[in-house]
Amino acid sequence: MALIEAKNIKMYFPVQRGFIDSLFKGETTFVRAIDDVSLQIEKGETLGLAGESGSGKTTMGRLCVRLLKPTEGQIIYDGEDIADIKGKELRLLRRRLQFTFQDPTSSLNPRLSVGNAIADALKFQRLGTPAERKEKAEEVLEKVGLSPASSFYDRLPHQLSGGQKQRVVFGRAIIMEPKFVVTDEPVAMVDVSIKAQLLELMLDLKKDLDLTYLFISHDLATARHVCDRIAIMYLGRVIELGDRNQVYESPLHPYTVGLIGAIPVPDPKARRSEAIPPGEIPSPINPPSGCRFHPRCPKCMEKCKTEDPEFREVDTGHSVACHLF
Amino acid sequence: MTDALRIQDLTVEYKTRRGVARAVDRIRLSLEENKTLGLAGESGCGKSTLGRAIMRLVPHPGQIAEGSIYINIDEDIPCKKGDIPKGEVDVTELNEEQMRVLRGKVIAYIFQDPMTSLNPMLTIGSHFVQMIQAHNPEIDKEEALERGKEVLESLGILPERVTGYPHQFSGGMRQRVMIGLGLILRPRLLISDEPTTSLDVIVEAQILEQMAELKKKFNLTMILITHNLGVLAQTADDIAIMYCGRIVELASAENVFEAPQHPYAQALLLSVPDVTKPDKKLVWIPGAPPDLVDPIPGCMFNPRCPMAMDICKTQVPPLIESETGGFVACHLYGGK
Repeated sequence: MALIEAKNIKMYFPVQRGFIDSLFKGETTFVRAIDDVSLQIEKGETLGLAGESGSGKTTMGRLCVRLLKPTEGQIIYDGEDIADIKGKELRLLRRRLQFTFQDPTSSLNPRLSVGNAIADALKFQRLGTPAERKEKAEEVLEKVGLSPASSFYDRLPHQLSGGQKQRVVFGRAIIMEPKFVVTDEPVAMVDVSIKAQLLELMLDLKKDLDLTYLFISHDLATARHVCDRIAIMYLGRVIELGDRNQVYESPLHPYTVGLIGAIPVPDPKARRSEAIPPGEIPSPINPPSGCRFHPRCPKCMEKCKTEDPEFREVDTGHSVACHLF
Repeated sequence: MTDALRIQDLTVEYKTRRGVARAVDRIRLSLEENKTLGLAGESGCGKSTLGRAIMRLVPHPGQIAEGSIYINIDEDIPCKKGDIPKGEVDVTELNEEQMRVLRGKVIAYIFQDPMTSLNPMLTIGSHFVQMIQAHNPEIDKEEALERGKEVLESLGILPERVTGYPHQFSGGMRQRVMIGLGLILRPRLLISDEPTTSLDVIVEAQILEQMAELKKKFNLTMILITHNLGVLAQTADDIAIMYCGRIVELASAENVFEAPQHPYAQALLLSVPDVTKPDKKLVWIPGAPPDLVDPIPGCMFNPRCPMAMDICKTQVPPLIESETGGFVACHLYGGK
């Protein structure tokens, strides 16, 4: 059964305009960050969400844990639509759904000790006494590999390395023993030698706490190592979704083919076989007609320019939105 | 083949309040003309400092403490404060005015972050005009602008965009502008510091392809500084792996990737995720690099090294020729 299910989600952000403009110039324009996406995240899996900057992956992640309220559509968690809940109900929901932000340095308060940063999560949820919270936070510090916890508890973020800060961020997310964690580019800022360590920690935590992950990353090589399934996003849409082996070994969508072909392989003998798609991702304010990828697509047909391809399953568990299939 | 660049016992030190940190420690290397040298290593290993030292642009409080950097110049370069003769020139001996003439014309540097390296108050065209006129005051604005347009076009940017400001450009386009600015004066040696690090894979692949084409067109010798070993595998002829300011391995790209000699190089390669090998078990290096202000004796890698011996804790291993034809600094080799 799906733990989280997003149904026909749309997220439109109004474009900021000056006061005079808003008086005299017609309608507000919108950035269509997410445009009709449906996604199921199964219990216990790691679903990868990959794509270029501006494809909407972070927005999608934020929607799944209700850090954003969708413009349209439903988000089903545990049989319940959480798209419209607010207040106390939403606060209680945060115990189950957590999010780790992209940059550990800017997501930790520089004046707050890392132990307190973790314990404060409990305070906001009005759980436990100060002593209990401290005890629990120390337990969590050990769990994320910052041991002995007593020597880390009172440190400030600037006294930690990038990898250690990321561990604190993980700790803050798991102290509530959530069911579902969205991790936004957890290893984008660290060196390769530390990257493997953090990925291992993520997998250990998942096993220990029975977690489900949504792993947001633009680094497809890393995603391949940690995810069970991968969803590829382009300009506010999921254009391909499948088992990681299906997506990497037999990618269907021409964009996925280009994206995977563009990854630099650490082997001087491996030459690029696929042509790199030309140009850059267009503006989500006024996306291209028909298939959104058609201006850059090497296999573009007449139909692609006018008709939006349907997202459908072409093989067991492997879906794609492309007129070729 | 002549060497475009030869570095001898270069040491760069940062004088901090806590003490002196040796960011580059007695480095010796040479680079043949028209080759690409990749500098790799973790953050803080000194790769950017080494690149900047070649331009004599080590930021304060850093300074070149020792050593020479020879650059091969193929024509006499006039300068107000002493002409620079052709042939091998030691840039550490030149005065500031001579360096100013050399920078951009002979050696160009593409800085790490294109977002902060362009002036937000100037149009893209003005960047090119300033760059050209600083070196050739006799060229008028119109002609300088024309040259800028030409370079932009070869990088796939519409020439009419010269009137635009940096904020109107995407990250990939800004990086292309930086490359264009680096190449506009036809330098011989191009040092690019993490040119594609903040970019998406598709844009990264596009830019690396363009850089390879331009390198051929302009007969460039290149130094590519990056922590992304995948990028190096695709672009570099030779690779130098740095650790704590020292080169621990220097060999052809094939050798480094197929038969890394130094335990650090071996560990680094095992930690890189490879999209073509999903079952590769990622291994990490335990511990962290030592503090450069308070360096440890012997090989800097010894506390993290799985093969560490007694000698590693006392003696610094010299960079010696390895069996594979490269160079390695490790007591495991050389068999005394």
